[in-house]
Amino acid sequence: MSAPEAAIVVDDLRVVVAGTGHDIVDEVSFAIAPGEVLGLVGESGSGKTTAALALLGHTRRGARITGGSVRIGDQQVLELSRDQSRRLRGRVISYVPQDPASALNPALRIGTQLTEALEVHGIGGSGDERRARVAEMMREVALPDDPAYLRRYPHELSGGQQQRVGLAMAFACRPRVIVLDEPTTGLDVTTQAHVLGTVRELAAAHRVAALYVSHDLAVVGSLAARVAVMYAGRIVELAPADELFQAAAHPYTRRLVAAVPHLEGRRDLVGIPGRAPSPGQRPGGCSFALRCTMVQEECTLAMPDLRVVSEAHSARCLFAEQVRALVDERRGPAGVVAEPAAADSVLALNGVNAGYMGLTVVHDVNLGVAPRECLALVGESGSGKTTLARAIVGLHRERSGEILLKGRPLARAARSRPRDVRRSIQYVFQNPYGSLNPRRTVGQIVRQPLELFGGRSGREIDRRVDEMLARVSLTAAYASQYPDQLSGGERQRVAIARALVCNPEVLVCDEVTSALDVSVQAAIVELLGELQRDLGLAMLFVTHNLPLVRSIAQRVAVMSSGRIVELGPVDRVLQEPADDYTRRLLADTPSLETATA
Amino acid sequence: MDSAQSGSPSAGFHPRLGGLAGFIVRRLLLGLLVLAIVSVVVFAATQALPGDPARAILGRSATPDSLKALREQLNLNRPVLTQYGDWVKGLVTGNLGTSLAAREPVSTYLHDRLVNSAFLVFLSAIISIPLSIAIGAYAALKRDRLFDSSASILTLLLAALPEFVVGVTLVVLFATTIFPHLLPGVSNIAPGTEPWTQLKEMILPTLTLVIAVTPYVARIMRASMIEVLESEYVEMARLKGVPEREVVVRHALPNALGPTFQVIAINLAYLAGGVIVVEYVFNYAGIGGALQNAVITRDLPVVQALAMLIAAVYVVLNLLADVATILVTPRLRTRL
Repeated sequence: MSAPEAAIVVDDLRVVVAGTGHDIVDEVSFAIAPGEVLGLVGESGSGKTTAALALLGHTRRGARITGGSVRIGDQQVLELSRDQSRRLRGRVISYVPQDPASALNPALRIGTQLTEALEVHGIGGSGDERRARVAEMMREVALPDDPAYLRRYPHELSGGQQQRVGLAMAFACRPRVIVLDEPTTGLDVTTQAHVLGTVRELAAAHRVAALYVSHDLAVVGSLAARVAVMYAGRIVELAPADELFQAAAHPYTRRLVAAVPHLEGRRDLVGIPGRAPSPGQRPGGCSFALRCTMVQEECTLAMPDLRVVSEAHSARCLFAEQVRALVDERRGPAGVVAEPAAADSVLALNGVNAGYMGLTVVHDVNLGVAPRECLALVGESGSGKTTLARAIVGLHRERSGEILLKGRPLARAARSRPRDVRRSIQYVFQNPYGSLNPRRTVGQIVRQPLELFGGRSGREIDRRVDEMLARVSLTAAYASQYPDQLSGGERQRVAIARALVCNPEVLVCDEVTSALDVSVQAAIVELLGELQRDLGLAMLFVTHNLPLVRSIAQRVAVMSSGRIVELGPVDRVLQEPADDYTRRLLADTPSLETATA
Repeated sequence: MDSAQSGSPSAGFHPRLGGLAGFIVRRLLLGLLVLAIVSVVVFAATQALPGDPARAILGRSATPDSLKALREQLNLNRPVLTQYGDWVKGLVTGNLGTSLAAREPVSTYLHDRLVNSAFLVFLSAIISIPLSIAIGAYAALKRDRLFDSSASILTLLLAALPEFVVGVTLVVLFATTIFPHLLPGVSNIAPGTEPWTQLKEMILPTLTLVIAVTPYVARIMRASMIEVLESEYVEMARLKGVPEREVVVRHALPNALGPTFQVIAINLAYLAGGVIVVEYVFNYAGIGGALQNAVITRDLPVVQALAMLIAAVYVVLNLLADVATILVTPRLRTRL
């Protein structure tokens, strides 16, 4: 597979935990040709960042590269001395980090940091030459190149601008290889589209071999010609992007693709039960065997080798050919999204404005959510969608206009609302790592609303807590655990159980899946949809993820700069958007359809 | 939003020095308010001190007539508010009153002692600050290695010792028992001579204060530096090929100093008070001795003047620390 013209060849790379010797990454091999973008996809903990950093001969504290080779041209990266690898980094192979806000030095001006990239490698003889080069780099990433702009500090730039500075820095020395580690995670879709475009152009223009690491299949699909899928530290499948999405030969890839929300065609998302084994707990055989629906006895005997199923397509599965030939089961059943009952809105907003210290960020919002209906509220960061959601539950008090629950106006602050009103409207927060009290057990967390809203005996409460935990697919054993013993998805289930335990009528979900992996996101959305149907909830589902809306909501409201710019049935809005902003948002959203088209 | 980036940067986006100057002025005004409140507390506290200054001055055998005359002379029988008003007026105009015991203006009485104490604190500061920053930063660079673990144990040990124990131990070590007469154990600095002409006398008191301050600052610096060294921007600097030396000096140190400045300020302010004990151990003629004598002799003007002075030192040092933090943290500058 190491084509002679490849810019970088990785062979049998192995990275372990320094103390224990447990493998974080093992048997990773691939090659990238000049001008090619290889996608590396994996969920959190799959070892994708560790593998990416190892290409520069670098590991984070506590990890060690113990085997394999990385060859760029005629240089063996892993055999270089400290000084040699310093000279390699940034000049021959460069790195674009995930979070530009924390990867740019807050105490140095961006111009200084850009110039430094040139200085340390002795590029550009004089200060003037370097300044000219920096200006050229800034133009390449579509940023202003005037001295005043270069004198800015990182915090004076938006997230998208910061990431472009990161790109400019990475391309500064015209490297042969560039490693991009989730560079668009955390950016809005519009900004993401711009950044992805820049990456595509620069890689092609300078014939740079790029490794694009991401958890987002759709993003990778829109950029990379070939995609490698990582699971539990190993590449389980490597294939051309369109083939991977349509005829994956590894069961994990199939499930992953099925978990990605699609822009076209309503369908249910299917999550992957269980979680990936972490280093030190990986089984002897196939590491996906525990979660695989097609598992056979042979699978647990030894780690399968990568099998070539067609030219340029290989998978680490004993039954790769059979999996590949499977009928397309990746599309879940056509979604049964309940039709809203023709009833009056249980929650209604009339001319709601909200703001911070006199600055209005939500303008004149009119919305209604019927019983048994899920209304999605979609917008980019800063659009005011979270402020609106918080105003509804009474966590944001600076608002005017009417918010009605079953026709009765609600007080601004949750604490001034009657107890029964508070019980009726529940909230699930974005970040399950911050919304659960770390000092209380799951049982205590879920039972608190019941105790608060009263009316039940101790035994009834116990029974209800067990019932609710079972409802969100957690066993009773979880009740005695603390949040830090749980994974992100499990935590979010606890948060959902806490919100639903006292039978609310309205559930407000604020970006509840944005901190989760796609397979977990799919499972949470699956669960929320099911609960909403069964319990007849009115749900306001706040998200920035347009394709996700398809899988859960009947109607969608698109929010931009604090205003609802479009409101209508999901199918209509996604297929024939009436508003320019919605159209732009749709165009900028990467999806598997546009990736494989 | 990205679309806004194409134009020229707006003027308001940039830190102006006016912002910093404005900040300093605001903080100075706030500092004056703090001092005004402190003055009330100090005055009330000295009023509440048990005992009568007039009797303290004249002794037990004083006649009621002489006590009355002295009270008259000292304005002690005027209403408390008037006394406070006169005192504050004096403070503002620089007239700190007359020492009851020394019978000379407080400012004259304290001048030389103040110079002595200030020099002692200054000497301790210019040694301990760079030393502790260097120790902390180096320990962070050598994390979990021999230097780090020994520095960690040593700083913890020294931080746990009160300064009079450190002072006495140093005297035993270098002046009396182990190496007798190597260094003077008593710092007799004759009144009227500048302390910087008698550096040998300064060594032990300075060393005591350095040992009192360095461990705290070094530990904070180590923690701050470790956090910065683990940060993504330091990793990024390494990944773009910046030599390790520059990674430390240019990328890590400036960011690690911000939090450390605050701790340095607290420790220096503590020195201004902690100097009292050390001066006592070494019989050093500074404000420590003056304060102690003044409390014993009920020399209220001196006690009040010193209390106000120490409060002013706290205010100024905290302001300096905040300004220094702002100077190394651009993000804070914009918010001014």
